[in-house]
Amino acid sequence: MEATNQYVVFKLEEEYYGIDINFVETIERVVEITRLPNAPHYIKGVINLRGEVIPVIDLRTRFNIEDKAISEESRIIILTIEEMTIGLLVDSSSEVLTIEKEEIDNTNSLINYSEDEYIKGIGKVNERMIIILDPMKILYYHNQEG
Amino acid sequence: MDMSQYLDIFMEESKENLQSMNDILMKLESSPEDISLLNEIFRIAHTLKGMSGTMGFSNISSLTHEMENILDDIRNGKIRISNNVIDLLFECFDELEKYVNEIEKHNNEGGLSSSDLIEKLQQLMKAQEDDGSKAEVSNAGNLDVEVQQEREIIVNEYVDSTIKRAAEKNYNVYLVKVSLDKKCMLKSARAYIVINTLEKIAEVIQSTPSIEDIEDEKFDFHFELIIVSKNSKDFIASEMNNISEIESIEIADILDRKLAITPSNDDELTSELEDREQTVNKAATDANEDVAIKKTKTGKTVRVDIDRLDNLMNLVSELIIIKTRLEDIDDSEKRQRMNEATEHLERITTSLHDAVMKVRMVPIERVFNRFPRMVRDLSKELNKEISLIMTGADTEVDRTVIDEIGDPLIHLIRNSIDHGIEDMETRERSSKDKKGTVKLSAYPDGNSVVIEVEDDGKGIDIEKVKGKAIEKNIISLQQSQLMEDNEIIQLLFAPGFSTADKISDLSGRGVGLDVVKTKIEALGGTVEVDSFKGQGSKFIIRLPLTLAIIQALLVVTGEEKYAIPLNNIKEISTITSKSIRKVQGNEVVLFRNATLPIMRLANLLKVPNINEDQEEYTIVIVKKGDRVAGIVVDELIGQQEIVIKSLGKYLASIKGIAGATILGNGSVALIIDTNSFY
Repeated sequence: MEATNQYVVFKLEEEYYGIDINFVETIERVVEITRLPNAPHYIKGVINLRGEVIPVIDLRTRFNIEDKAISEESRIIILTIEEMTIGLLVDSSSEVLTIEKEEIDNTNSLINYSEDEYIKGIGKVNERMIIILDPMKILYYHNQEG
Repeated sequence: MDMSQYLDIFMEESKENLQSMNDILMKLESSPEDISLLNEIFRIAHTLKGMSGTMGFSNISSLTHEMENILDDIRNGKIRISNNVIDLLFECFDELEKYVNEIEKHNNEGGLSSSDLIEKLQQLMKAQEDDGSKAEVSNAGNLDVEVQQEREIIVNEYVDSTIKRAAEKNYNVYLVKVSLDKKCMLKSARAYIVINTLEKIAEVIQSTPSIEDIEDEKFDFHFELIIVSKNSKDFIASEMNNISEIESIEIADILDRKLAITPSNDDELTSELEDREQTVNKAATDANEDVAIKKTKTGKTVRVDIDRLDNLMNLVSELIIIKTRLEDIDDSEKRQRMNEATEHLERITTSLHDAVMKVRMVPIERVFNRFPRMVRDLSKELNKEISLIMTGADTEVDRTVIDEIGDPLIHLIRNSIDHGIEDMETRERSSKDKKGTVKLSAYPDGNSVVIEVEDDGKGIDIEKVKGKAIEKNIISLQQSQLMEDNEIIQLLFAPGFSTADKISDLSGRGVGLDVVKTKIEALGGTVEVDSFKGQGSKFIIRLPLTLAIIQALLVVTGEEKYAIPLNNIKEISTITSKSIRKVQGNEVVLFRNATLPIMRLANLLKVPNINEDQEEYTIVIVKKGDRVAGIVVDELIGQQEIVIKSLGKYLASIKGIAGATILGNGSVALIIDTNSFY
């Protein structure tokens, strides 16, 4: 994959997160989400995305952040990772930022608070801190589901 | 040149060729004297050699080359077909199949080498050559070379009578053997020139191989013609000599030879010759019949990339969704027109669906084809005589089913032969035919396809199954006493169950029937067993005809909508809450004088906001083989044609959910996999 240094930035609680734009298909307004019984707890459900059924991960639940009702601002970011199409439910998303490689700090040297390592690094753009995520690691919850 | 783009074609074609080679080898084993079968195998080996040579798969081409040599010797009568030879040919086939599989996986032939096999082939050829030459010397005597050659002349009755009539009218009848130059590029064109030239001065009454095959280049470098002509041998030869790219032409007088033979005083020889002629004639007519059958059977086929088909199927799915949406529009004024439009749309979508489905349908023959060989090998290995009867091989099923159903069927057939059918002594003692029978049949039944594997063996020993189940802690002693016979038989499908006394190579590895069951259920099907002690057992597999669009019942529980495939539903009924009894913590109800286990959909799917206490419940009675259960739902919406959508790789296996569908209003409803609940 071509490295473009472009990131889709979204908000969850008070933090900003970024995902490599190459993974992102589209950003959708929230449509009706059908609950999926017997699925891992962080799977919010499935949606109808132009005729295809796409699972949606609730990133709040996934990151152990307190639940919040879906609002006008809420978005579903559609990702394609290894031929799987998955949606991420986030509080809001509106911009794409270019973050140079040298502006991203490797988290390993900084902090180690995260149990599963979905955080790739922390990017700095004009004094803003953006948490760069590893989409593949978001999908699988190794600690509990294995 | 980059060959990778041809690899798919190569794979497809070599698989087809191998399949027919397998079929023909089986036939050859039962009728070794049939020359047309040999020719066919030869042709396949030759095709494979050519294809693999082009693709640079040198191992395949050298193996097929040796096969060709052997086959050629058999054709020429140098090698007699024996079990040994057939086994060796089968070995070659296995080897070729291995190569092809290897190529499919790794795009190359891998580290396999068939030098052993090639050596065996060469040894056989050498041994038989020595043998053959001895035999020739010992019984040659009166048989001159030309008689030897007569074996190769296949004459049918028509040609025979023409020859006789020609002889009466003093025409000459010749056998013309033409060998083309090995460097000849356009074999069929060259052959055409030869035949055309001949037709100007003579009448061609037969050609071996047939004219069609020659036109299709289905011949090596030699072909033979029988011609009737007034002209002399020399004249014909001189005419033919003008044609280039021909290695040699032999013209022999058939009538002369016959006359030379018939007045011979050696009675034995004459009768032998007659016999031989008869078998030759028979072979020829058989071959003709074969060709006729083949011609009617092979319809025109198109190879279509499955992705394109899937795309077409998706389009149809979209159409159906639109149709459903239209049905939902409720504008009373335009109602009438709307109705007409939807009806029209419905007709289109239905026939489109049918058409696309048919494209995806393949005869189950593709799977069945490999079983005769397997049964042959198994019966040899286990020293049991087995006849395999297959019916309904032309029954069509979805392509997806074809790919998946093979393994379960192999397992069931092995099971029948290994566990079901007794050894020969036991069968004779119980006054059964020494030869066991395994019946494999397929037939369509409404919206599903049924495949049955039936044997006339000893049947399932209920007590033994019971004992084993208790021993393996699958059920308790108390449970076993309460269970009915057919419930006990169901235990065969429990994980980790195996009744074979001794673990054999074939079955009884404890990974048996539960795997079969899982696989078939994954296809949306069911499997049942019928068994009669001493008479045999029958496994019945029922599969949905199509996997993409099904009829389903939409139900509501809590605030959620779910779809239950109609295939799984036996009936719908209501029960009162008072009639529900609790047995060991499970709810049951007496329904039509039988106990019916009750499950609440809301509990199974952990549905929030439900109204537990009602006086009357709607139950959907679902079936799985012989077993039934009642599922409590809040409300029924109705029957609908739904398009099955997969939940994708990420959510591959969610318990109780078989997939999802999109409703007319665009929302998603989950499809319930009722089989997983009980």
